[in-house]
Amino acid sequence: MFLQVLFRVLPSSDLWQASLQFAALLLLPALGGVISERSGVVNIAMEGMMLTGAYAGVIIALFTHSLLIGVLGAMICGGLMALVHAIISINFHADQIVSGIAINIAALGLTNFLLFVQTGGQGIPSLSDALRLPILSFGPLTNIPFLGAVLFHQNVVFYLAILILLGIHFLLFRTNIGLRIRAVGEHPHAADTAGVNVHLVRYSCVVSSGLLSGLAGAYLSMGIAGIFNSNMTAGIGFIALAAMIFGKWSPWGTAGACLVFGLGEALSTRLQDSGFSPNLLATLPYLLTLIALVGLVGRTTPPAADGVPYEPGTE
Amino acid sequence: MQERTAVAKTAERESPYAVEMRDISKGWPGVVANDHVNLAVRKGEIHALVGENGAGKTTLMNILYGLIRPDSGEILINGQRTHIGGPRDAIRLGIGMVHQHFMLIPPLTVAENIVLGHEPGNVASVYEGKKARQLILELSRQYGLPIDPDMRVDKLSVGLQQRVEILKVLYRAADILIMDEPTGVLTPQETFELFGVLRGLVANGKTIIFITHKLREVLELSDTITVLRRGKNAGSLVTKETNQAEIARMMVGREVLLRVNKTPAHPGPVVLHVEDLHAQSDRGLQILNGVSFDVHAGEILGIAGVEGNGQTELVEVLTGMRHATSGKMTLTQIADGNQGKTSDITLMNAREERRIGLAHIPEDRRGSGLVLTDSIEDNLILGRQRWPQFSRGGFVLLLRNIAAWAKKLIQEFDVRTTSAEAPVRSLSGGNQQKIIIAREFSSNPMALIAAQPTRGVDIGAIEFIHRRLIEQRDAGKAVLLVSAELDEIRSLSDRIAVMYEGKIVDIVGEDATEEQLGILMTGGHL
Repeated sequence: MFLQVLFRVLPSSDLWQASLQFAALLLLPALGGVISERSGVVNIAMEGMMLTGAYAGVIIALFTHSLLIGVLGAMICGGLMALVHAIISINFHADQIVSGIAINIAALGLTNFLLFVQTGGQGIPSLSDALRLPILSFGPLTNIPFLGAVLFHQNVVFYLAILILLGIHFLLFRTNIGLRIRAVGEHPHAADTAGVNVHLVRYSCVVSSGLLSGLAGAYLSMGIAGIFNSNMTAGIGFIALAAMIFGKWSPWGTAGACLVFGLGEALSTRLQDSGFSPNLLATLPYLLTLIALVGLVGRTTPPAADGVPYEPGTE
Repeated sequence: MQERTAVAKTAERESPYAVEMRDISKGWPGVVANDHVNLAVRKGEIHALVGENGAGKTTLMNILYGLIRPDSGEILINGQRTHIGGPRDAIRLGIGMVHQHFMLIPPLTVAENIVLGHEPGNVASVYEGKKARQLILELSRQYGLPIDPDMRVDKLSVGLQQRVEILKVLYRAADILIMDEPTGVLTPQETFELFGVLRGLVANGKTIIFITHKLREVLELSDTITVLRRGKNAGSLVTKETNQAEIARMMVGREVLLRVNKTPAHPGPVVLHVEDLHAQSDRGLQILNGVSFDVHAGEILGIAGVEGNGQTELVEVLTGMRHATSGKMTLTQIADGNQGKTSDITLMNAREERRIGLAHIPEDRRGSGLVLTDSIEDNLILGRQRWPQFSRGGFVLLLRNIAAWAKKLIQEFDVRTTSAEAPVRSLSGGNQQKIIIAREFSSNPMALIAAQPTRGVDIGAIEFIHRRLIEQRDAGKAVLLVSAELDEIRSLSDRIAVMYEGKIVDIVGEDATEEQLGILMTGGHL
């Protein structure tokens, strides 16, 4: 019974289309994590930054009646949350895990509070089509069987995410800035003595992770859902974190991990008529995460100075 | 870059000094690292900055390199008063520093490490690997420092890593090179090569500030000397007009015995017996190929050899930190000159070996000798926390006893600290080593294994440690001394075993000459 459903579901373009959609949603914050941790700042606050972005995007779009300003606003608000994390962990040398947890909790509380204040618990209206991130159409390409639906019928942010993936890989491994980011994440003291501005690099990377997470938030609320709900990220930021580790802090590895988790998520909703407990199925992406971390990846090595605050003049 | 040469040219006529540091003070709560220190370095000379560990040499150089801001004082570079707010300023002024602990990023390549921060092209551009490689090859040819730009730095030997550090400084077009304890990690051969390189750099018009506490090197290499003692200037010397004894006196503030006073040994029965020991390295290569020797009660057996010939692994096997693949080791208890129980220690772990009377001064003080972030008290009972006087039932620590014990040892072993509760990290290298020695000697062991016991330790502490090792010998302990310092081996050992490629090539008497040992160390025969 289960296998029958599985074999029916697997070749359907609908499954793969949804997998890729979810994978892109994971990829943006995961890449944010990659860039932040490559510079040596542990970032587990992607969840909170995404949620902030999801909320801010919808509200700003509703107020300004502008899709573009809404998306930019989502990114900036995500970036501002990241800035808080940067100040706490870079300037005040605080524990980066604690700071990350605080930001996640604060983002949840803040969005719920503002939502309540604004609507009195009524919930905000859904976005009109004009304010939603559109699904791109590639003319005849869309009509290719299977591939058309899977690859050429996706939200604009999906294509953006692919460009960002290529961009970040290039940035990290083919540019002078990337060399500095990796150096700072491995051995900030050495980078400092070589003339690299450690704080500037780390600030930029952490804020970038916020911008990307904010964009992912906008993708969720303004693209996929068309509305903002309380706690609508529901742990996506944490799966992104797992994808980053599974991907060994490399952009391509992370992208691969996002595909796996995306497929897991898409499968879990489509196997519900297989007679399998829907609750158990809902754990599939998380189960995959665990299996991946234990079995496939083995020992992973984060950047050597990941999570270690840098104080000049000390060893 | 152009701006700098212009400034430098006008100043060159005015000032004979490349670096002048005037009245530099720097303190942290509870510590004065530099107390109105002056330093003047002439252009084109090798200037030795000497002093014991904790004398403030590195602090002073970190100030010059912009890593630490001084509380007061001024710095003149080529006669121009300057403000150095960070390494970037120092680099712009033509100052380069080779740090004691290398500032290299292990997973990056040689080329990436060298150009980092000053990559070809501008910051925002694509990394030009080809250009970087070409620039480095040019530089390496110009100064006679061959290197493979594409190697990962963590695959290089320590000597080559240092070469990368020097190239890094030269790549930044430094005219003033600060070398912080550059020979501490080098083999004698590498040190010899380094001195050649440094002389070549000076011949090319560079100025070198050379931090060290090794007097032989000071006399061999430098032109002038500045001595620091406890954060203050203790004197300035011209190398040609001075000698080891005078420098040592200035460093320590009193007469120092540079040679150890040692009476002939009175060896007793065999305590530590090692037979045909084989073991593998971390990489799974055969590193010990049948090591055999005996250490008698009341003697010091020195193990000499170029580093990497199995000494580290031998000590690890002896102390239960690495498994032997075959062979046998035994430890015999001696009481009143009579042989007691003999235990097979081949399969014992470190704790069991300690219990039956084997003490160990590990080679890596910071890594395996101490828990740096823990207090002096805690470190002094490390491994002995189950002793009845330190814990009830091996479970609840008796803090008052521990404090009293620590107080006693701190006094007895002359550990310089403000508090027994201070983290060991806050102590100088010499004082950290004294903590280990205090802990190991105070357990009244049968046999003592001392690996590089004076590495990175100042003269005063070296003298102290040497005297203590002789005392242990005279108290009838069996002492195994492993050291890369040939001088140390020769002045302390009663017999010298030379190790080469995982074997003991020969065991010679204490009267063996340096030349004879040198031949054995490279695998030759006498």
